Amino acid sequence: MTPAAVRNAQTLERAFAGRSLWADARARLFRNKAAVTGMAVLGIVALLALFAPYVSRFAYDGIDYSVVTCAPDWWPFEAACKAGPGHWFGTDTVGRDLFVRVLYGARVSLAVGFVATLVSLMIGVLYGATAGYWGGRVDALMMRVVDILYSLPFIFFVIILMVMFDRNFYLMFVAIGAVVWLTMARIVRGQTLSAKQKEYIEAARAAGVSPFGIITRHIIPNVVGPVVVYVTLTVPDVILIESFLSFLGLGIQEPLTSWGVLIADGANTMESAPWMLVFPALFMAVTLFCFNFIGDGLRDALDPKDH
Amino acid sequence: MSALLEIRDLDVHFSTPDGDIHAVKKVSLDIAEGTCLGVVGESGSGKSQLFLAAMGLLAANGRTSGSVRYRGQELLGLEPRELNQYRGSKITMIFQDPLTSLTPHMTIGAQIMEALTLHQKMPREEAERRIREILEYVRIPEAARRMKQYPHELSGGMRQRVMIAMATITGPDLVIADEPTTALDVTVQAQILEILRALKTDKKTALALISHDMGVIAGSADQVQVMRHGEVVERGDVDEIFYAPRHDYTRMLLGSMPRLDQEPDLAASSAKLLLDVEDVKVTFPIKGEGFFAPPRLLRAVDGISFTLRAGETLGVVGESGCGKSTLARAVLQLIPPDSGQVVWLGRDLTVEKQDAIRRARKDFQIVFQDPLASLDPRMPVGVSIAEPLRALEPGLTRNEIRARVAAIMRKAGLDPAWINRYPHELSGGQNQRVGIARAMIVEPKMVVCDEAVSALDVSIQAQIVALIKSLQAETGMAMIFISHDLSVVRQLSHRVMVLYLGRVVETAAADDLYRDPRHPYTRALLSAVPTPDPRRERARKRTLLTGDLPSPLDSRAPLAFLKSRRVDDPQAEQYRPQLLEVSAGHFVAEHDPP
Repeated sequence: MTPAAVRNAQTLERAFAGRSLWADARARLFRNKAAVTGMAVLGIVALLALFAPYVSRFAYDGIDYSVVTCAPDWWPFEAACKAGPGHWFGTDTVGRDLFVRVLYGARVSLAVGFVATLVSLMIGVLYGATAGYWGGRVDALMMRVVDILYSLPFIFFVIILMVMFDRNFYLMFVAIGAVVWLTMARIVRGQTLSAKQKEYIEAARAAGVSPFGIITRHIIPNVVGPVVVYVTLTVPDVILIESFLSFLGLGIQEPLTSWGVLIADGANTMESAPWMLVFPALFMAVTLFCFNFIGDGLRDALDPKDH
Repeated sequence: MSALLEIRDLDVHFSTPDGDIHAVKKVSLDIAEGTCLGVVGESGSGKSQLFLAAMGLLAANGRTSGSVRYRGQELLGLEPRELNQYRGSKITMIFQDPLTSLTPHMTIGAQIMEALTLHQKMPREEAERRIREILEYVRIPEAARRMKQYPHELSGGMRQRVMIAMATITGPDLVIADEPTTALDVTVQAQILEILRALKTDKKTALALISHDMGVIAGSADQVQVMRHGEVVERGDVDEIFYAPRHDYTRMLLGSMPRLDQEPDLAASSAKLLLDVEDVKVTFPIKGEGFFAPPRLLRAVDGISFTLRAGETLGVVGESGCGKSTLARAVLQLIPPDSGQVVWLGRDLTVEKQDAIRRARKDFQIVFQDPLASLDPRMPVGVSIAEPLRALEPGLTRNEIRARVAAIMRKAGLDPAWINRYPHELSGGQNQRVGIARAMIVEPKMVVCDEAVSALDVSIQAQIVALIKSLQAETGMAMIFISHDLSVVRQLSHRVMVLYLGRVVETAAADDLYRDPRHPYTRALLSAVPTPDPRRERARKRTLLTGDLPSPLDSRAPLAFLKSRRVDDPQAEQYRPQLLEVSAGHFVAEHDPP
């Protein structure tokens, strides 16, 4: 067969595969208004974060002592000074533009959210599927390891990591990912255990499919539904953990920022400069809402009982 | 004689997200006092909905119109409270699955008590006496002890008896039995039908017997009504319907019923030995009662030997729990046997490595009972069919695979254009064809059919049996055909092996076994099979087994037919009945003379 013909057949297959339970689920997801709105708003936030340098003429680390802790021009309440045109969200305690900083914070928070979730997804799915498929002693041993890691106090664990490797940006991904995958592994293991009992798995074994083929072709596709849902719930979780770590001073370092850091700073000046708290908090809350709406929508869309 | 229940122009609609479903279309019927009306039809014919609607038990999205009169009293549109004067006391129902229709947390005594005292006030002692009486009437042994048990402690047959007891204790005029024996083994089915017949003759209770099984109807009904797609296509006397059916659909239903007395024409088998199974045993550890109790061993397959030749079909028959499915899985090495040999073409599979077994699967495939469960719901059927081919004949190009899939689909009676459909978009019969196509695509030398037609409607079942036969004639494959249904096995098998609690009780050439069964268990099985022949059913004397299958955990159980050699200790090692050759190729396990 020519490469073009192969490609043709593949696209054909993909086109048909799209008209499936997944297509049904997608249709149901797009009928869910809350989920669609969530996706749209989240998309806007992500685009803003991505194009942050081009949206405003200020730099995220540009210090300007002439506008220290100034409210935006449209601020309706009393404020010590006005930041002037361009500073849509006002400025912080060293005169940096808050709008740009919120968007840069979005970059970090969303990046941490996605990367740590991805890490946990990979480790968790592999670990959970392995434990669930082999079962017996392997399963018991692997899941006891998870139990032990679960019982470690998380903050204590992060502090030790920070002390051992010094504070750095990437370590935070590792630290968060290392904790979040535990739940993922448990979910995947449980799903695998129940999928393994299904008659079509036995049918595949009888058909001569190898164990690897069974895991990749039958178990993982049938386990993916609940995992996808859990992923959307993990992302906000991770963003919250990051802001918590940053709030404690264990996270990201100046002049870089994240929503957690901005909120921590804002909380300190809450009485004199409330805008420094309000804007990052608003962004984070909206983002978390979006993820939760998407997660809810996905759960309803993928639930076979709803069919 | 005036009608006890008169249904006129009953219409049932369901509103669903996919639109309005017209489940029952202007059905009228009469049930006279003390008679039995058989309502027969395949799944989706609306036969159950008809009676649920008449009893006001429809699901919330259902609507009814028409008229349902009980002794002249209109029942449709009555308030539940008024309806309950009749429902549950004068008209009662028995459902298919006695486990889901009994409340799990109440003892059966308490449940029957509830049914009784709800409708009739009486002192407690009086009620208990009546419950004991009725339990004895439906032949539940040790009634006093059983009353204190919970539904899950009873077997399926016992639970169905409890349901019958509940349905009859108020002295109803009419019992509606909705597939009362479908979930039960044949020998238990025969016992339950016997009780229902007795109800009609002793207590003059009218009966509406809903069933898909023409055999069940033939033995019990006086009047028969055949339903299809929510309409009555034919009605009449039982003899009329069975001996002079007028409607094509009735004729088709009768024609598709497999019959015990029909000698099939089978392709001749060759002498080449394919499979030699020698004393295979499979045991499962069952958790003991206490925390520290050692696990007990369930002997699912307890020393079974047989051979299979090329082109031959071996029928394996037995009731649930006899180990027939486990035997199939042990032969196919899906469950490794604990001991014994499975010799395939001279190679003992039990000592081979996993990967060697996997490659050997090209020669032997399996078709499962539940077509929907055995297909991956997220895989188009074409990919499912191609799966053994990809796994066992690597190196085929995509086009070759496509061509092979299309060819086998055509052979299995499927439109090759359906390769991209999903299992939930096909019917049960079509999915079973997919299962057969998947098993046949690698051109195996042997196919195991594990209850492959049991979950299908009779007409579909007949088509699938015909398909299997034609595929066998074409390819010359050998087959192990496992079923609880002796009449289906008869249609396909050269030889038949009867299992009882993990052991062979009788094996012989099919003709010998059906013409001259020797073992009491085989005889009981054969006599329990209902045939779609009312005169014969009425004339027939049955050898009924009493009670249920004993627990396979009890080491005494397999000696139920050789009580003289039994040691009365549940843990003791027991005598193993030997297979004796009574005539050429006809082996029967030792048993006490009847």
